[in-house]
Amino acid sequence: MLGSITVLLLFQLLGEILARAFDIAIPGPVIGLFLLILVLLRRPEIPRKLDETATGLLSHLSLLFVPAGVGVIAHLALLGNEWQAILGSLIGSTALTVLVTGWVLQKLHKGHRDGA
Amino acid sequence: MEPNFQEVWVYLSASPLTALSATLVAYLIGDWIYQRSGKKPILNPVLIAVCLITVILWVTDIDYWTYFEGAQFVHFLLGPATVALAIPVSALIRSLKGSYRAIAAALFCGSLTAAVSAVVIAELLNASTQTVLSLAPKSVTTPIAMGIAERIGGLPSLTAVCVIMTGIIGAVIGPYLLNFAKITHWDARGFAMGVAAHGIGTARAIQINKEAGAFASLAIGLNGLATAAMIPIAFAIWQWFSGA
Repeated sequence: MLGSITVLLLFQLLGEILARAFDIAIPGPVIGLFLLILVLLRRPEIPRKLDETATGLLSHLSLLFVPAGVGVIAHLALLGNEWQAILGSLIGSTALTVLVTGWVLQKLHKGHRDGA
Repeated sequence: MEPNFQEVWVYLSASPLTALSATLVAYLIGDWIYQRSGKKPILNPVLIAVCLITVILWVTDIDYWTYFEGAQFVHFLLGPATVALAIPVSALIRSLKGSYRAIAAALFCGSLTAAVSAVVIAELLNASTQTVLSLAPKSVTTPIAMGIAERIGGLPSLTAVCVIMTGIIGAVIGPYLLNFAKITHWDARGFAMGVAAHGIGTARAIQINKEAGAFASLAIGLNGLATAAMIPIAFAIWQWFSGA
């Protein structure tokens, strides 16, 4: 548990250092995520303890959104002026994204299936 | 001896312990209501917890930054949680032999549609530049979306709110849209929900079908990476065109 958390923190730290040192426009934790995927894919299997810790942490992922979500208070004025534009953009864009992504994968994946 | 309520209140309103406890209790209440409702997407635990804390802060007249001093301990875990997505994503990549091209194409089209359509619609509806920039990464899981918003000059906390709203909108309307468009394959349905509506959409997909859930989980990680790489580049091009 402690070892696994240390691994996650070290990969995040490495990501943060790389993002700053080379002024990369990708958040540090995302670079850490990418590096850990590369390391894990080179291993014969995922270490059991790391798997358990990650599963535990990710099962409470939604809790971690709460403090940032409450941050809407700090920007109530902005939401108040522009809530129609924000809501319109969110609904329209989410609907389009669901349709485009699903349509492309179904179209292209069909060929693979028939061949399988 | 008379209890000194004044002193207790002074301690409680300033201590990080209060904000931290309130965050966990509000989330547990939200999760309880969600489970009891039969997991209705509209009764999302995050949404309920945020509403509860907002009301508490408003009633007690505590400002957000005082609250955040305690809540930051929860907020901090978003970083290691993002790194932890590497575990389910790498497990799925191993099991996906031969479908890379179809997945890469769907990912590319989906990421681009999510960011470009959000920006274009917001521009058409006359949103301010800062709002438009905060909306661009709205389909990505929160820690990644906030990082992107910070990088391109949006408001990370407005982005967090838009991300959560996007998740709920996607979880509610996604299945209807997929039925309407006759997208019936579970891999395509799950992947679409993961790309468009990240974790909340994925939670919905997992409930409906195991294969859809696995593809949705993969989509969260992949879309996070793709969008984090794509938006700063698109932003640079957009700035160049608008002559900024």
